[in-house]
Amino acid sequence: MKARVHVMLKNGVLDPQGEAVRHALGQLGFDGVEGVRQGKVIELDLAETDAEKAREAVTQMCEKLLANTVIESYSVEVS
Amino acid sequence: MHAAVIVFPGSNCDRDMAVALERAGAKVSMVWHKDTALPEGIDLIGVPGGFSFGDYLRCGAIAANSPICRSVVAHAEKGGYVLGICNGFQVLTETGLLPGVLLRNAALKYICKPVELTVQTSDSAFTSGYEAGQTVTFPIAHHDGNYFADAETLKRLHGEARVAFTYNTNPNGSVEDIAGVLSENRRVLGMMPHPERMAEEAHGGTDGAAMFDSLVSQVVAA
Repeated sequence: MKARVHVMLKNGVLDPQGEAVRHALGQLGFDGVEGVRQGKVIELDLAETDAEKAREAVTQMCEKLLANTVIESYSVEVS
Repeated sequence: MHAAVIVFPGSNCDRDMAVALERAGAKVSMVWHKDTALPEGIDLIGVPGGFSFGDYLRCGAIAANSPICRSVVAHAEKGGYVLGICNGFQVLTETGLLPGVLLRNAALKYICKPVELTVQTSDSAFTSGYEAGQTVTFPIAHHDGNYFADAETLKRLHGEARVAFTYNTNPNGSVEDIAGVLSENRRVLGMMPHPERMAEEAHGGTDGAAMFDSLVSQVVAA
């Protein structure tokens, strides 16, 4: 199975990189970009064939390593 | 006092920390990250600055999950002393031994310069060589030193006087100017500035020496 994890900074945590991207877009003439948040996508190839088990395992991976839940939220897609 | 300094691939302040500890009179063992056990009789673990594992994923995240870090956490959990400087602070937050997290500097730039700090508490083996309220100058050298913790955590840190150092002029966006924090039992300190790089005359200042001197005298006594 394949799993895709999205990791984003939680709302309320300042994202200076997203803010720099927003500023650069403005300089390129893209007006009206009111906010940019930058995150990560992590793709995993899994030997597991059961979608529910795969989701459970990837959630554990997020809690233990892939995300720092003090500042980041994550979502898991399995396919 | 017998100290262990952990060496990760990408550590670059490990020898500075060892020299500062030795100058203060400690015996120092360097411990490679793949080792699973610490030498016998370790009193203090130093987690040094650098860019462990290239800062991949998040600063300190891979190091925090390396085999030796399980021993570091076990040492701290049984009341052992741990000092994490710069990348070491990032590693300690990732292990959960210290609260909060270090984000990218607010201005997105790597900053390398001496900064003035205020010692917020002298109530720890790390800071007992200073007076609370004293100004000291240590260098900083980091890209991700922007300390963040939620409001509840900050309230607890203040209530328990666990903020060890604050910046006099905030260089990196850290919440409430926080530069270093202590664990609940005050035996784990994480800080972004580098006392080990201001510990002898040749460094251009000696404000950092008192930290290593007090650690060596107090930890041995304990």
